[in-house]
Amino acid sequence: MNLTIVNYGAGNIKSIQFAFQRLGYDAVLTNDVEKIIKSEKVIFPGVGEASSAMKMLKESGLDTLIPTLKQPVLGICLGMQLMCKHTEEGDTNGLGIFDVNVKRFSGAVKVPQMGWNTISNLKSDLFKGIKEKEYMYLVHSYYAEQCDESIATSDYELEYASALENDNFFGVQFHPEKSSKAGEQILKNFIEL
Amino acid sequence: MLTKRIVPCLDIKNGRTVKGVNFVDLRDAGDPVELAKQYADLGADELVFLDISATQEKRKTMHDMVLKVAEQVNIPFTVGGGISSIEDVDDLLHCGADKVSINSSAVKRPELINELSDKFGSQCVVVAIDAKEIEGEWFVHLAGGSIPTEIKLFDWAKEVEQRGAGEILFTSMNHDGTKAGFANKALAKLSDLVNIPIIASGGAGTIQHFVDTFKEGKADAALAASVFHFGEIPIIELKEELRKNNIEVRL
Repeated sequence: MNLTIVNYGAGNIKSIQFAFQRLGYDAVLTNDVEKIIKSEKVIFPGVGEASSAMKMLKESGLDTLIPTLKQPVLGICLGMQLMCKHTEEGDTNGLGIFDVNVKRFSGAVKVPQMGWNTISNLKSDLFKGIKEKEYMYLVHSYYAEQCDESIATSDYELEYASALENDNFFGVQFHPEKSSKAGEQILKNFIEL
Repeated sequence: MLTKRIVPCLDIKNGRTVKGVNFVDLRDAGDPVELAKQYADLGADELVFLDISATQEKRKTMHDMVLKVAEQVNIPFTVGGGISSIEDVDDLLHCGADKVSINSSAVKRPELINELSDKFGSQCVVVAIDAKEIEGEWFVHLAGGSIPTEIKLFDWAKEVEQRGAGEILFTSMNHDGTKAGFANKALAKLSDLVNIPIIASGGAGTIQHFVDTFKEGKADAALAASVFHFGEIPIIELKEELRKNNIEVRL
């Protein structure tokens, strides 16, 4: 399996590489366009702030590459949010792969949401073997609104889309690499898509 | 619903866990990686590693440990102890730490909180506050609680939130080590005052103490060391009891 993790300078991506290593897969960290195009599966991570992450993507030309990829692509956390149309964080336009906007939780709840929450309404091969209301680890202040492309929902202040799917593109708001055995199962499912 | 978190804390000196532990099935009780894996399997939601070593080799030893933990453990973890610059944090995050915890360095130079949250995002910046109640007023203490300051706990908590902290780890010096329960009144006040998660620390002795700190103390997470390390409170039992008390936990 030729697996790449898009390395554009955003956050803690070592953990994702280690998680695949525990599953027996060697994931390559790279921002090399050719390598990404040729790989069988692509992970698009992201931790940090949206507008600066988007800027880094543009500087390396990855913003135009990613939407054209044909193989399965998995956006994680901010990676997922950048695949949406627009995010309120830094009033940033995303890649528009998912037809949905990203908004900030109001002050009615503690922000960021930090910790383990359940995922429900699961509808994707990505969640094969994962039970309804399984716990996932999340850390985020912004959320994708409920939409047609939603393949999992979570509840924090309101029901929002905690995973998205459109053709070969997948996005998860939670961190499968930090979500114990269930999270590792989701990464394994992605590999086996 | 978002669950309440149970967080074992490991004190690390020169790359080894300090306090003794009596876990069964543990080949090397002093190995933080072994211990961390065990805790992840036993249902801990998150881990905190607090480096209390003072040697010059400190940084490298800690980096090696963080790398190994990230490699083998599938739950999030925070690293604290002697972190005082952007470079320190950059290194630890690159080794695979999810969050860092800063304490004295933030009091000495509060701008550090802004710098870290701007660069890495507030989600990875935990500000640890050690405080002591003296004649009805809570004061922040430094260097593991040994140096008193004139800074008031609630003012400081508000300030660290405004500067971009993503979470507060509050240890009550009056309760730490007593096993008589958490500082729930102060915790509840903190939780109402700021809009970021609060981790309760100091005073855990019984399962009821955890129930109380989540209900009365309104804590988002509870941290403890010895009650877990010595097997006095098995995490699964603790969580089952919390659930019986209508407190949402991951089981």
